[in-house]
Amino acid sequence: MKTATPGPAEQLPTVSRRDFLRSGAKLASLVLAPGVTLMAFGGSEARGAADAGKRWGLLIDAGKCAPDCSACVTACENENGWKGSGNPETDVQWIRKVTLKNKATGRESSMPVMCQHCEEPPCVDVCPTGASFKRADGIVLVDKHICIGCRYCMMACPFKARSFVHERVTNQKSHAPRGVGTVESCTLCVHRVDEGRIPACVEACTAAGHGAMVFGDLLDPDSEISKRLAQYPSTALRPDLDLNPGVRYTEV
Amino acid sequence: MAIDRTIYREIPVNFPLAIAAGCLAALMLCGLVAFVYIEHHGHIVTGMTNQVVWGMPHVFAIFLILSASGALNVASMASVFDKQVYKPLARLSGVLAIALLAGGLAVLVLDLGRPDRLIVQITHYNFVSIFTWNILLYSGFIVIVGAYLWVQMDRSVHPKWVRPAGLVAFVWRLALTTGTGSIFGWLVARPGYDAAIMAPLFIAMSFSLGLAVFILVLQALCRFSGCLLGGALVSRLTGLLGLCVGVVLYFTAVQHLTNLYAAEHTGFEVFTLRDGGIYTILFWLVQVILGGVLPLALVLGSAAPVSMGRATVASLLVVLGGLAQLYVIIVGGQAYPQELFPGFEASSQFQDGQVAAYHPSLPEIALGIGGVALALFSAGVGAKVLRILPTNLSDQNLAAKD
Repeated sequence: MKTATPGPAEQLPTVSRRDFLRSGAKLASLVLAPGVTLMAFGGSEARGAADAGKRWGLLIDAGKCAPDCSACVTACENENGWKGSGNPETDVQWIRKVTLKNKATGRESSMPVMCQHCEEPPCVDVCPTGASFKRADGIVLVDKHICIGCRYCMMACPFKARSFVHERVTNQKSHAPRGVGTVESCTLCVHRVDEGRIPACVEACTAAGHGAMVFGDLLDPDSEISKRLAQYPSTALRPDLDLNPGVRYTEV
Repeated sequence: MAIDRTIYREIPVNFPLAIAAGCLAALMLCGLVAFVYIEHHGHIVTGMTNQVVWGMPHVFAIFLILSASGALNVASMASVFDKQVYKPLARLSGVLAIALLAGGLAVLVLDLGRPDRLIVQITHYNFVSIFTWNILLYSGFIVIVGAYLWVQMDRSVHPKWVRPAGLVAFVWRLALTTGTGSIFGWLVARPGYDAAIMAPLFIAMSFSLGLAVFILVLQALCRFSGCLLGGALVSRLTGLLGLCVGVVLYFTAVQHLTNLYAAEHTGFEVFTLRDGGIYTILFWLVQVILGGVLPLALVLGSAAPVSMGRATVASLLVVLGGLAQLYVIIVGGQAYPQELFPGFEASSQFQDGQVAAYHPSLPEIALGIGGVALALFSAGVGAKVLRILPTNLSDQNLAAKD
C-alpha cells in the first residue's frame, strides 16, 4: 500500500522555538531599527522633519535695521530660553547685534548676526562625532545628544555664531533642550519652521515695525525672499570663504 | 673599562625615585581634583570664554602630543637610519612616546565639555573631521609603537623585523604630527591659522620638543637608577636638538614672513609681532630668544662637547620656548578678533572686533600639569616594570656601536 505524502502546499507549518525567537528578533529589528539608525547617524527628530525640496534662508536689510533696536535678540532669548547671566564673555549668544563700519568710508550699518546656516558649514566638517549637522532643508543644528563639548566647531565658525554652555542651565524650553558642556547656536527656530511658522526674530522685527528680516525658501522662486534677492543686490558675510550661507544681507 | 653588552634592567626603587614618584602622584592628584572641579561647576571656573575656547589644557595637551611623536625619533634614528649609537635608547624612546601621548590625550579628554560622553566619540565618527583622523592616528600610534617595542624586546622575534616596524612607526608619527598641525592649518575662519605651513611647523616642533623631553627624562632616569650616562652621547643628542631648534626657527620665520607679505594678514602679524602685549612678549622673549636663540647659542657656542649641565639647560629652555610658542599659536590665534566682513570693522556687545582677554585659571593649569605628571609617571613606571633602560650608557660602552 502506498502511503500518501503531503505535497509542499499541504505541509502543516511547524514553528520551532528557534523560529519563534528569530521572528521576534526580526519584529524587534523592524520596530527599533529606524530609531536606532537615526541615533547611530547622529540624527534627531528635527533631522527627520526636514524637506529636501526646500532651503530655508533669511534676508536681512541692514538699511531697515535700527541700531538701537534689539527686538530680534530679545525674541530669540524668550523663544529659546538662553538669556545670559550678565557676563558677555561666557554667556551664550545665539543672535547678536553687530555694527559694521566701512574702513574706507566710515559708513556704519547695524544688523543681527546669527548662525549663517551655510551650504558648506565648516562646523559640520570639523565636528568629530557628527553632532554638528545640516538638515536636508539647509538648517544647521547641533545634536545635543552626541555633542561632546570639544568646541572645535567654535574654532571653525567664521561668524562667532556658536556658544559654549559654561554653566548649568535652568528653565529650559522643551523645544530647545540645552545642556552645560555642549555647544549651541541659532536653530532658525526649527521647531516653529517645522510647524509652518516663521522664526521668532523675524516675527519680532516685523512686530517692531522695521521689517528688516525676511524668512523663506531660497529654492522657491515665488517666495518673497527669492524675489527680493533677485531684485536687489545682496551679499553674505565672509563672501571670500565661498560657504554660500543661507543668511543674506543687503544695504550693508 | 671593559665594553659590556647592552643589558637592559628595570630601574631599582630607591629613596630619590620614590620622592620623585610621590611628587608626580601629587601633581596627578591635583589634576584630578581640578578635573572634578571643572566638571562639577562647568567651564565657567576656567579662563576660557566664547572667544578663547581652547586654553591652557590645550597648550599642555598639544605640547605632550608633539613631544610624544618627537620622543620616538631616537628609536627611529636607530632602527630606520641605522645610527647604532642610539639603539640602546630605542626602548626608552618608544615607552616615553606612548606615555607622553597618553598624558596629552588624558588632558584633552578631561577638558571636554562632556567627558562622560567619551563612549559617544568612540562610536560616532565623522570622517571628514581632522579631529576624527587624529583620534585614529593617536590610537594607531599607541598600537604601532607598542608593536615596535614588542619586536625589539621579545627575543623570539627575529631582529629583521625591527627596521620595518621602526619604519612604519616613523611614517605614522609624521602623519600624526601632520594631523595635529592641520587641526589649526585647516581652519579657514581665523587669520592666525588657515596655513599649510602649520603641518611642517608642528613636525619641526615635535622634533625639538620630543628630543628635549627625551634628554631630560634620560638624564633623570639615569640619575635615579645609577646608570652610567656618557657625556658624548648626551652631547650628540643635544647637538641634534640644536639642529631641530634651528629648523623650528626657520619655519617660524617663513610662517610670519609669508603672512607679512599678504596685506590681509598684516593685522594679525602686527598683533603677534608688535602690539599683542603678552603674546608679543611670549613670542619674542620666551619663544624666540629663550626657547630658540639661547639654546642654539648653548649648543653651538661650546667648542668642546656640550656638557651635561648645558644639555639640561638647553633642553629646559626648548621646553619653555615650545610651551610659549603653543600658547601664542593656540591662545593668541583665538584672541585676535575674527573679521566678519572684509573691509569692515565690526563691533558688538559680544566682543566683535576686540582682542579677547584670557586669564588662565588655576584649575585648568593644574589639569595641564597633571597631564605632564601622568606622562612622566607612566614613563617611570614603564622603566620600573620593563627592561627598557640599559645599565651602562657610558661613552666607552657605546663607542663600539657607533
